[in-house]
Amino acid sequence: MTRFGVIRFPGSCDEVDALQACERYGDAEILWHRDRDLKGVDAVVVPGGFSYGDYLRPGAIARFSPVMEAVSEFAREGGRVLGICNGFQVLCEAGLLPGALLGNDHLRFRCRQVEIVVENIDTAFTRACAREDTLSIPGKHTTGRYFAPPALLDQLEGNGQVVFRYAPGQNPNGSLNDIAGVANEGGNVVGLMPHPEHAVSPLRSSADGGKLFESVALEPAAA
Amino acid sequence: MSNVASPAPHRELGLTDAEYDLICDKLEREPNRLELAVFSLMWSEHCGYKHSRKLLKLLPTDGPHVVMGPGENAGAVDVGDGLAVAFKVESHNHPSAVEPFQGAATGVGGILRDVFAIGARPIAVLDSLRFGELDSARSRYLLDHAVAGIGHYGNSIGVATVGGEIYFEGPYEQNCLVNAMCLGLAPKDRMIRSAAAGVGNVIVLFGALTGRDGIGGASVLASAELGEDEDKRPSVQIGDPFEEKKLLESSLELLDKGLLASLQDLGAAGLTSSSSEMASKGGVGIEIDVDKVPLREADMEPFEVMISESQERMLCVVEPQKLDGVLAVCDKWEVRATAIGTVTDTRRLRVLAGGEVVGDMPVEALVDECPVYDLDPVEPREPVYPAPAAKLDGDESAEDRLLALLGSPNIASKRWAFEQYDWLVGSRTTRRPEEADAAVLMLGPDGGSGAIAVSIDGNGRRVACDPYVGAVEAVLECARNLACVGAEPLGLTNCLNFGNPEKPHIAWQLTRSVEGLRDACLAVGAPVVGGNVSLYNEGGGGPIYPTPVVGMVGKLPDPGTVPWSGFREAGHAIALVGPFAPSLAGSELEKLRGGLSTELAPVDLARQAAALDVVRTAVRSGAVATAHDVSEGGLACALAECAIAGGIGARVELDDGFELFGEGPGGVLLAGRRGDIEGLAEALHPHGFQLIGETGGDRVAIAAGVATLSVPVAAALEAHGGSLPSRFE
Repeated sequence: MTRFGVIRFPGSCDEVDALQACERYGDAEILWHRDRDLKGVDAVVVPGGFSYGDYLRPGAIARFSPVMEAVSEFAREGGRVLGICNGFQVLCEAGLLPGALLGNDHLRFRCRQVEIVVENIDTAFTRACAREDTLSIPGKHTTGRYFAPPALLDQLEGNGQVVFRYAPGQNPNGSLNDIAGVANEGGNVVGLMPHPEHAVSPLRSSADGGKLFESVALEPAAA
Repeated sequence: MSNVASPAPHRELGLTDAEYDLICDKLEREPNRLELAVFSLMWSEHCGYKHSRKLLKLLPTDGPHVVMGPGENAGAVDVGDGLAVAFKVESHNHPSAVEPFQGAATGVGGILRDVFAIGARPIAVLDSLRFGELDSARSRYLLDHAVAGIGHYGNSIGVATVGGEIYFEGPYEQNCLVNAMCLGLAPKDRMIRSAAAGVGNVIVLFGALTGRDGIGGASVLASAELGEDEDKRPSVQIGDPFEEKKLLESSLELLDKGLLASLQDLGAAGLTSSSSEMASKGGVGIEIDVDKVPLREADMEPFEVMISESQERMLCVVEPQKLDGVLAVCDKWEVRATAIGTVTDTRRLRVLAGGEVVGDMPVEALVDECPVYDLDPVEPREPVYPAPAAKLDGDESAEDRLLALLGSPNIASKRWAFEQYDWLVGSRTTRRPEEADAAVLMLGPDGGSGAIAVSIDGNGRRVACDPYVGAVEAVLECARNLACVGAEPLGLTNCLNFGNPEKPHIAWQLTRSVEGLRDACLAVGAPVVGGNVSLYNEGGGGPIYPTPVVGMVGKLPDPGTVPWSGFREAGHAIALVGPFAPSLAGSELEKLRGGLSTELAPVDLARQAAALDVVRTAVRSGAVATAHDVSEGGLACALAECAIAGGIGARVELDDGFELFGEGPGGVLLAGRRGDIEGLAEALHPHGFQLIGETGGDRVAIAAGVATLSVPVAAALEAHGGSLPSRFE
């Protein structure tokens, strides 16, 4: 059975939600920010929230935590890592994902159900999706405007590293090219601003987000 | 003989000469500066409830589901499966009028602490906000910053903001209202009370550093009318949600490990009120050494340490052998924890500094012997409030009237505000704001153990028209919102926001409102488990509308059958049910026409309560796809709201002369498959049941005899949805 590890920083908010989402597709446990031991999990989720208060810049402190040293090494060896919202910000700050998240163009926190289109199904977290699948998933953040310099942006588009794109007219934050989520070159590290862990039950907003976690369970652990 | 010398510092602190004399009697000497500061805060309206304590005794507090009633940090009701839901509403009005962002943020922070102080994990926040008319730049500023402050705190700490209400009325121009309600969930065996126990036990302060912020903040600010020109900004507290998040996690872990004898949050009046209330409830004394309190500013006086309102602090009582365990948990969460005192058998609050006693006061005098005043209620002969400015002249078409109402800020969509709140963190929210009349939160994963529903309401203008009926209606509105999602009321919390109770007409408003709350709570079976009073909400512009805000919590068995407030499919039958007698008195249309009635129609409480039971049963049967209560703007607005939320129109026929925009309690719109809705007729008929039309098309079309009205859903949506955002572009 797939084993997920969900990181808990002081200030994480969505780690229990992520844990519960993972538990629908495998075993899951919390990884404490001061530990360097990932306990042999098959995939790591860096959850949403406001790690260490995010007072400097979202994710800027968390990337220096002991657990992130271990996650970086795990990712470099092909380990599967999913960053959601603050987790996406942390992975960008840590250099595990390209680009950066800037303040929303309207400068407000916005919580809204959005549709995102799956642009690449060859990543560790999109294998359970069909090409051009549209997922209905809520987004909620103040700092979610995806940015990369023009040359990098072209490179990401060319490499298929843009994994999720807001559906036409749904971009909630002014992200360049409507980018909602990206992958590293290996496709084993994925980050996105919307929250798939909050879309895993029809009793809530939708169940579309489950596909990201299901993708991990579909595939045996990387070498 | 009076002990009063002139100039008298006690008057500056809000104590009367008679109160000062009483303090001297209790101490058998004159108080020193620290003692005077402590007494002035404990005997303030905010802490001592001097003018409301007697009235509050009228409210029913017992019920089969009550686990904790008034007097603890929050009340709690049993929701089955060994779980309790703790909840409370509290005001942060005066600080928010001075500095809306921090005022609202720390209002949320304070109510969260009240809930986790009894061992419950906060799962939801709701807000009840009142501002002056949106034409005013000051009101827009206050709204914008208060909403941002609520979002900043709630979003950052990871507690969902699932509902609320916002009204705009002239009398709130100078005194805005920011009431925040929090709900928490606890295993019943983890809940803890605040009574200090065990002579020799250690008092531990944990959380943020103690600074000068908020000295005299809530307590003094909340107990005197705000002057027009005084800058009180320095005494508003500053919130740090990250510190509170760590405080929350460490508190719950301390309780899970059984390390605490009692727990109390530090709110208004800081260490002073938390320690004396813990001692009072436990029948013990407490000794505090202020030299041990970790300070943000090194040169603070002992009295400043005792009354600082620095946020994000908790106080707990710990058996000496468990102290190391407590410190270890706090260290894990990077929360500062310090032993600052001990529980004694003296029944006195003793304060030490530099090895000397700098304050020594009997706990009873501080907490239980605060003077309590009788109100002197007199019904006013003249109107208390000016009529609102007219915006409609009565010559407009019925279509324009409906669009004007849908776009009036009180009725317009509040999406602009609630999209700034995280309404889904915690994986419980089944219905967010504007998806149903009450927020619905699952108790267990995938709806196991059922769900709770919560609603907050209070239309101050209707209470101004008629304090008794208006207060009754606030309770009924909450109960009706709960019935629309199939929930049975378990308990209620209230915040009484009023003007200066020493004035007879305000005393009358307060008295009649509390009587209304009492009668309505008894009728719907919802005991009051806690609440808060905010008085003196008046300034040069006169008093606010009397605003009892009611938050009600209920339970429903199956979140899978909860209806939506929007129409779901074309071809659904629409029924109007309940004892509903629409009238323009106190209505939003009356306001837009520049009127303010001086009475509302009396309410048959037994009939209202019986109808709610039947509506609830109908909703639980699964026959209902759409349920929405008729409130501001009457039936026409309620139908338009269902159409807007569902993107589906409706054709409706009513009796000739039906007051389309009339308001009053009791009306509920139900829609669903024709056979299902017709199947409800028999049970609902004795309580009022009328098939009025069908969903479908892209217009809301209403005929009432010769009067007709037809508005495109798209135009209704634009009026309703565009109103608030257009004020901030």
